[in-house]
Amino acid sequence: MSETAPAADPGPAAATSKEFRERGFGALVRWDSVVAVVLVLVLLYSFGSVKNFGNSLNLSFLIGNTLPIAIIALPMCMLVASGQIDLSVGSMAGLSGAIMGALWNNGWPIQQIIPICLAVGLLGGLLNGLLVTRLGLPSLAVTIGTLALFRGLAQIILGANAVTDFPEQYLTFGSGRIGSSFVPTAAIPYLVLVVLAVVLLHVSRFGRAVFAIGANEQAAYFAGLRVRRTRLILFALTGLLASATGVFWVLHYASARYDNATGLELSVVAAVLLGGIDFDGGKGTILGAIAGVFLLGTLQNVMSLQDVSAQTQIIVTGVLLVVSVLAPRTARQVRQYAARRRVVSAVKRAASASA
Amino acid sequence: MSEKTARRGRLLVAGTALAVLSLGLSACGSTTKNTATSTSSSGSGSATTSASGSANPNAPLKTGLTVAFLPKQVNNPYFTTSDGGGKTALTKLGETYKEVGTSSATDTAGQVSYVNTLTQQQVAAIAVSAQDAGALCTALKQAMKNGIKVVTYDSDTNPDCRQVFVSQASSEDLGRSEVQLLGKQLNYTGDIAILSAAQTATNQNTWIGFMKDELKKPQYKNMKLVKVAYGNDDAQTSFQQTQGLMQQYPNLKGIISPTTVGIKAAAQYLSGSSYKGKVMLTGLGTPNDMRQYVKDGTVAGFELWDPGKLGQLAAYTAVALSSGQITGASGETFTAGDLGSYTIGASGIILLGKPTVFSKDNIDQFNF
Repeated sequence: MSETAPAADPGPAAATSKEFRERGFGALVRWDSVVAVVLVLVLLYSFGSVKNFGNSLNLSFLIGNTLPIAIIALPMCMLVASGQIDLSVGSMAGLSGAIMGALWNNGWPIQQIIPICLAVGLLGGLLNGLLVTRLGLPSLAVTIGTLALFRGLAQIILGANAVTDFPEQYLTFGSGRIGSSFVPTAAIPYLVLVVLAVVLLHVSRFGRAVFAIGANEQAAYFAGLRVRRTRLILFALTGLLASATGVFWVLHYASARYDNATGLELSVVAAVLLGGIDFDGGKGTILGAIAGVFLLGTLQNVMSLQDVSAQTQIIVTGVLLVVSVLAPRTARQVRQYAARRRVVSAVKRAASASA
Repeated sequence: MSEKTARRGRLLVAGTALAVLSLGLSACGSTTKNTATSTSSSGSGSATTSASGSANPNAPLKTGLTVAFLPKQVNNPYFTTSDGGGKTALTKLGETYKEVGTSSATDTAGQVSYVNTLTQQQVAAIAVSAQDAGALCTALKQAMKNGIKVVTYDSDTNPDCRQVFVSQASSEDLGRSEVQLLGKQLNYTGDIAILSAAQTATNQNTWIGFMKDELKKPQYKNMKLVKVAYGNDDAQTSFQQTQGLMQQYPNLKGIISPTTVGIKAAAQYLSGSSYKGKVMLTGLGTPNDMRQYVKDGTVAGFELWDPGKLGQLAAYTAVALSSGQITGASGETFTAGDLGSYTIGASGIILLGKPTVFSKDNIDQFNF
């Protein structure tokens, strides 16, 4: 994980003794590693003491139900790292599902429907991206607008119908697993996406540009980075993957409705936040985002198995989020305070030595 | 950015797009809606086999079973009442009751997750009111494969995704009994109208069909259906439609509104007008909606099934299935506690029975 971290935050491996002295434990304890460790602990606990957690059927449910969030979290992580956000992803997933249902009802073959849905996602993402980059509008406002727009279109296209009679082998792809293992069929293409996302954000120059833009847009611009184009590409990718999530959602739950994936954007943002992606931009890792996604998914699964009520689950998630936003910031402030104290005492020492 | 790195970035973006495509397309095969119906019906054979074991009507009822209720929506008074009925029945039999569900009535993904969780918890049976006839199928078949009995109540899934559907009332009973109810209130004389929901609502139109058929009987020769109005299940539209009916047909003596929204709006109009108590109103409504209009004399009686009994019957059915008394095949008979004996009809449907009529004599016994 540390090798792929951006230059701005070298991570634990790069923590030299000097840095360690300057930054204290903060150099060792990075938030995304904390989340990953917590995830492992939660998993160990669940395997050990939650009845029915460890069987392959449950694990496949856990992963399958988390996949929609996990797919969108990949581009969302990059978008947030570049200092932007897209809140229209849930609506785009719904729109993509509505188009799928409507075309299917009209007798289109599914191999033609899916590319159309993905193309719509790409266009929707481009629309968001153009509004943000060309008109200079804030992405929060733009995507709250398109959140309503896409959902409205979905309702016009499909109405209150639910389409469920998609072909068996596609539904099996959406909700089945490989043999009797715990791996959902759809996890395989997802893993390909993860590899691509890691390479794109952490190995390629495109990724370095993303972090540079997120850290300081002006500086990145004057350094010759193509700020607007980079962000446009990120918005387009987010739209594309949001529509892919919509397609997956329809197949996984065997249900194309206009209100599919309502509120999904909040889960995605929550998971990305939890995974340590800085909302001011410039910081974060794909693997942190994935750890965040699956930590939320696992907690939800465990709480359901233990009959924790839905309301309590929401509260637990909320508290977790507040902590995940609060903890890194508090840690940073403590570090800064400690550093200032050290500087002050060093200055005092120097002053008394010279006196 | 140099030309070379820009190209590499573009390649990566294109690669991502390709991977996304593969995510959608990796299950291949030429499939359109028309061919799909044949594949899905051939694929459903495995689930129906679960209902084909042999039933032993004399098998003793097992105790200590966990039966989970999964309503369309939790904290909805209607489902609170029906699930409460299920709890009563299960407690009486010595079983364990639990209720889970989503707070939204259109959260199909949430319902699927709950079915999956219940499968994991290895409950004995699930009683579910499906938000969507098809969406729960994969999950419910998975549950049945794991030995869990599945009963739908109030709202069915596709027949091969459950063992038994406990139906609140037959369309024929609902349609005919509303005419019978109004006939009695009018002494079988006068013009009547129907205030329906949307013109395209399938269930409404089925009921109206039976109403028209019932009206052909000789005892209704002095009752004339003058109009079917449509309020679109919108309170304001239904209110205006009622107003329109009264102005258009001064001799109107009765209205049937087979929709809870419509009957409430019509009652609201009538109670504030000079027609109160003179024009009879009946139909399908809930006691909580209609209580004040029954008490102030606007409505003499209306009907609906008793959701409490619906939940009880679902619970008894689930226990009978889990105990092996029935398998869900048509023609099988079992005893549902105080509710009496029931026989499974065609495609695994059990009818609760005649609708319950609510009037000022009994309305305070109900809270939903």
